[in-house]
Amino acid sequence: MTTRRPATGGTASARRAVEAAGRVRDPEMPMLTLADLGVLRGVEVVRDAEGGEVVIASITPTYTGCPAMATMRDDLVHRLNDAGFARVEVRVVLDPPWSSDWISERGRAALRAAGLSAPGPAPRRTGPVPLTLGPPRSAPPCPRCGSAATRLTSEFGATACKALYSCTGCLEPFEHVKEI
Amino acid sequence: MNDDHGSIFDGLLGGDSSQWAFGTDFEDPLAGVDTTTPDGVDPAELAAYCLMLGDDALIMSQRLSEWCSRAPDLEEDIALANMALDLLGQARLLLARAAAADPRVVPGLPEGSPVPPEDALAFFRDDRAFRNVRLAEVANGDFAHVVVRLLLFSTARLALLERLCVSRDHVLAAVAAKGVKEVAYHRDWAGRWFVTLARGTEESRRRLLAALDALWPLQAELVAPHPLEHSLALAGVGVDPVSLRDPVDAVFGQVLTAAGLDRPERAPLAGVGGRTGRDGLHTEALSLLLAEMQVVARAHPMGRW
Repeated sequence: MTTRRPATGGTASARRAVEAAGRVRDPEMPMLTLADLGVLRGVEVVRDAEGGEVVIASITPTYTGCPAMATMRDDLVHRLNDAGFARVEVRVVLDPPWSSDWISERGRAALRAAGLSAPGPAPRRTGPVPLTLGPPRSAPPCPRCGSAATRLTSEFGATACKALYSCTGCLEPFEHVKEI
Repeated sequence: MNDDHGSIFDGLLGGDSSQWAFGTDFEDPLAGVDTTTPDGVDPAELAAYCLMLGDDALIMSQRLSEWCSRAPDLEEDIALANMALDLLGQARLLLARAAAADPRVVPGLPEGSPVPPEDALAFFRDDRAFRNVRLAEVANGDFAHVVVRLLLFSTARLALLERLCVSRDHVLAAVAAKGVKEVAYHRDWAGRWFVTLARGTEESRRRLLAALDALWPLQAELVAPHPLEHSLALAGVGVDPVSLRDPVDAVFGQVLTAAGLDRPERAPLAGVGGRTGRDGLHTEALSLLLAEMQVVARAHPMGRW
């Protein structure tokens, strides 16, 4: 490990790195950028002992087993390479754990525009997690027709972060990003 | 935009080994995470503890993934695969953490092998080196069996992870904080199906009771005292399983009441000479599971995938 210091006078390249990383999209939900999903936790440009620029990008998994992490890493490296940064390190941040509250307003609008239901506020607990034997929580409105008459099909969907619902109004199934 | 590497086939063209070497993921799942062993903690003990929690998740994940394409309907198939994936993710971090704490736990592989430490632990250890509870390893039965096993397993694991969030070990604390969110869903799923099957038809109730009868004796191991867990609990790193008994019992009470069932009266499955799964004593089922899980990796210790 070489000694590193923050890039001085490199605000322009830092801005360029943040912009390039900010354009990378989620491989499973391509309507969202990693930044909008809240998975991209930081981008900084440092200089190594020889004065070379190194971009350090930090990402956090939405769920522990998220299989898209490798693709996200590769996409970040490639897009930053394209932006002129030859050396890129992608680090994992585990703490604090990802929360659906980190999805930006722009991200929520993009989800809705793609027919997905955006998450409500994540539960905040102080004590032990209560067991829920009944229907989980109030069902989200249908992202297609707006009807409130929807029902849960499964709390587990095509990716770890989504649940399946169907609308009893327009009869369409839809995916809902879970509140965690 | 330069699209030199826009094709999904680029990774197959060689050169970038990180893309496909032994699984398709980070070389180090703890890249950039502080893995210093906390003061006053024996690294070998910390590694053994991480193996206990990691092996529970890994073996349970393998059993759940065997359900893939065999569940009663598509939604439950996806649910079981999701839960298997969550636990596999937890296992990966915990095994990587074990290897970082004490590299001596990692089996030796031929010089130049691309297998990362957590994969070496998963695929190149023999059954007696696994420290999972026996509840995780017994062979799958019917749908009632997976429901009961998940309820017993996830109730104890959730109670454990909730307490582990304040561990002095930053990796364990972080894995726990994330795991709580995931395992809460697993427990709810199992609890709801438990009640549904108990209150369903005569046949579903009969099957549920048979699964409960078969699995209940295995549950005690999750909350049994163990010197290693006790020692790490005193060090502020681990959780003493005995302290989980009350919260676990309370949840079982809630589910059994909703299901209209009495608490089963079955004695815990005995160890041999005081040894249980936590000490590497397992049932034959684990050997068979590992034979299937490990065969490809063991045949190609130098393989790149």
